[in-house]
Amino acid sequence: MRLATFLFSAALAVLPLSAQAAEKTLTVYTYDSFTSDWGPGPAIKEAFEADCGCTLEFVALDSSIGVLSRLRLEGENNKADVVLGLDLNILAEARDSGLLAPHGVTPQNLALPVAWDDDIFLPFDYGYFAFVYDTETLAAPPKSLKELVEAPDDLKIILQDPRTSTPGLGLLLWVRKVYGDEAPEAWARLAKKTVTTTKGWSEAYGLFLEGEAPMVLSYTTSPAYHMIAEDEQRYQAAAFAEGHYMQVEVAAMTKSTDDPDLARRFLEFMLSPGFQSTLPTGQWMYPVIDLPEGLPEAYNRLVDPAQPLLFEAEEVAARRGAWVEEWLQAVTR
Amino acid sequence: MPWWLPATLALALVAAVVGGALLALGLAAPGLDLPGNLGDAYLWRVVRFTLFQATLSTVISVALAIPVARALARRQFIGRGLLLRLFSLSLVIPTIVAIFGIAAVHGRTGWVNDVFALLGFERAHYLYGLIGILIGHVFFNMPFIARILLQAIEAVPPETWRVASQYGLRSRDIFRLIEWPALRTVLPGAAGLVFMLCFTSFAVVLTLGGGPKATTLEVAVYQALRFDFDLGRAVALALVQLCLCTAIVLALLQLAVPSSMTLTEGRRYERPDSGGRLGLATDIGAVVVTLGLVVLPLAAVAVAGFNARTLEVLSRWELWRAVGQSLVIALSAAILALLLGGAILVSSRILRHRLGRPGAAGRLELSASLILVVPPFVLATGLFILLRQVADVFALGMPLVILVNALMALPFVVRFLGGPMMEEALRHDRLCQSLGIAGWNRLRLIEWTGLRRPGALALAVAATLSLGDLGVIALFGSQDFATLPLLLYQAMGGFRLSEAAVIAAVLSLLCLALFFAIEWGLGGLRRRGHA
Repeated sequence: MRLATFLFSAALAVLPLSAQAAEKTLTVYTYDSFTSDWGPGPAIKEAFEADCGCTLEFVALDSSIGVLSRLRLEGENNKADVVLGLDLNILAEARDSGLLAPHGVTPQNLALPVAWDDDIFLPFDYGYFAFVYDTETLAAPPKSLKELVEAPDDLKIILQDPRTSTPGLGLLLWVRKVYGDEAPEAWARLAKKTVTTTKGWSEAYGLFLEGEAPMVLSYTTSPAYHMIAEDEQRYQAAAFAEGHYMQVEVAAMTKSTDDPDLARRFLEFMLSPGFQSTLPTGQWMYPVIDLPEGLPEAYNRLVDPAQPLLFEAEEVAARRGAWVEEWLQAVTR
Repeated sequence: MPWWLPATLALALVAAVVGGALLALGLAAPGLDLPGNLGDAYLWRVVRFTLFQATLSTVISVALAIPVARALARRQFIGRGLLLRLFSLSLVIPTIVAIFGIAAVHGRTGWVNDVFALLGFERAHYLYGLIGILIGHVFFNMPFIARILLQAIEAVPPETWRVASQYGLRSRDIFRLIEWPALRTVLPGAAGLVFMLCFTSFAVVLTLGGGPKATTLEVAVYQALRFDFDLGRAVALALVQLCLCTAIVLALLQLAVPSSMTLTEGRRYERPDSGGRLGLATDIGAVVVTLGLVVLPLAAVAVAGFNARTLEVLSRWELWRAVGQSLVIALSAAILALLLGGAILVSSRILRHRLGRPGAAGRLELSASLILVVPPFVLATGLFILLRQVADVFALGMPLVILVNALMALPFVVRFLGGPMMEEALRHDRLCQSLGIAGWNRLRLIEWTGLRRPGALALAVAATLSLGDLGVIALFGSQDFATLPLLLYQAMGGFRLSEAAVIAAVLSLLCLALFFAIEWGLGGLRRRGHA
């Protein structure tokens, strides 16, 4: 009997949501490192729920591409009101799916380094790809992508595979942007310096931290993590003269949402300080507005690319397949 | 109950999950376009490489496992028991953690190179490339084969050793006349399983193989499904993988020989071959290689778990919630796997023993492994499409993970339990038939004493496997679901590599503890010696 009472009260404690079933629920599809205890998700949920009179429910998929993939699999019957965390390189596919609706929000205060005018997608954070290096083993890092490509082959780097990872695809586009049709030759030279090409960012960065190579493909903001969370100055990003390829993460509301007003309200909240201030130390990415409290001090010491590099989403969608094929040919030669 | 019923029920479940997932995905695709998808040069280059690395990895894993199993069979040394239990870990720890462990030992700045440098040699960069793939696959698979082989050698009737002593057989003759015949009964099945695991390897091959030159079919399936969202191509490639693997493993099973057990009175006799100098040297060599390829990477995982974040992570409520949830999943999945495996083996041993059709029995047992050659993301996507028409997938999360984990552990249960169950049949089948003892009573009264230890071992392996398996849940996306591997991947994705290292160490220790607990509790480990 006691046990039954205990189990019952335990069940109640675990399921607080069932008591407020009448309340509205906003379902957001995103990826798991966003919603994890280490990501910005929990703080954002709390802040939004504080005054929306609703429950914010995250569905945490395994990656940015997983979000889009889930949406396409479900089609019109999807449960999402908002999708959060798509990146620029899959934007055209997301748009073509026909499952997303115009947001109708006029962002006032965007501080994105590139002009943003899109009726479906709203940006929520951005960053730049960069090579992070270990200052203890590499005193003079290359000062440009060109210098890296032309460096002697004993300068070792760790990369990610563009077929399976976001930074990997980012570097593919970066090299393409800088080298154009000569990209395959550049790749052939990079391949000689590559210790390994991993499936995802975690493998590559972990191997770099173990000392397997003095340089790894990551983000300009990666050193901020080491400086803020670990008080460690050892890992820095190399500034490249040609500029750095940009990553912008976006969100959109679905056509099938049963509460467009609530979805829009979330998108507006997404561009407010309540959401944006969680990003520098939760996502380790730049917020898209100027925060009232400014950025954490460590962010002032990061590489600030003079020139963001970016392809149009449509061009990426149209040529990605051919570029990956070309890369594969060049690096397996 | 007809003899075929248990296996049919168990395999129907496997077929429903695997077939259902593939079918659902296939139907959701606009078209399979087999000629178009199977005609390109990229695919066949990938298939060639996949076959090559899987074959080589299997051969080398087996070639190392044989001396290791021999050494463990004929020597008692301090730490032998721990070593055996550590063996169970290598299949369990998440791939990415294993990669870090292997790199910490064999990498450019790894321990081996540190020793080289200390001795004044040049640092050797041997890890990334074919050698890296082999080191990775030996790490994952050699311990498993060695464990199975050890079980087979230990099942040799002790009287054989007395006879061997009387004839004065030397180590080489013992291997040829006694051990090799015993090994051949289990080796094709175990090697087939390892071949499948190597064939479907993804991150290990890509990362330790040094990059895109080392692309397996699994990578191509991933690319088709996730990167290009080409469901038709994903299903077509998954079918290629399924057919190729099945064909090769079926061919491998042709090498199997039925076991020829003889009755034993159960007394113990010393092996006559523990003396020779050459034998001792090979055994030491085998153990040293094991230390370098299996134990040191595991030690590196443990060492990495002690860092500035250790206390912080250990004091997190989320960690212990994940531990609890992982244990519930692991134990439920293991019990289910044991029941399913038992059901398959009850039928297959009748097929093998009473009906005299060992080939058919082998194929029956093989079909329990089919789930391993379906890429997990294909399985998850297919199941998602299948289930979402009939139920709320999120509500199904827990039972679904338990089911899939159980099916993934099933092939291992079949391998660990197959030999002992066959042995019991040979020993007691006539008696049971003539006395009319069947079903539950047969297990309880007759076979329990013989099956208790291997049963516990199989359960422990299944439980630890499920504990470490990421399962399909990561691809389903449920917020309230948190297992240890899932937590680990989240920490990594969120830049928290040192936190992830702590979680990996906790996961490993938990596996070890679970293994000991099951073997002690259920297997009666203390009551050594055969009953």
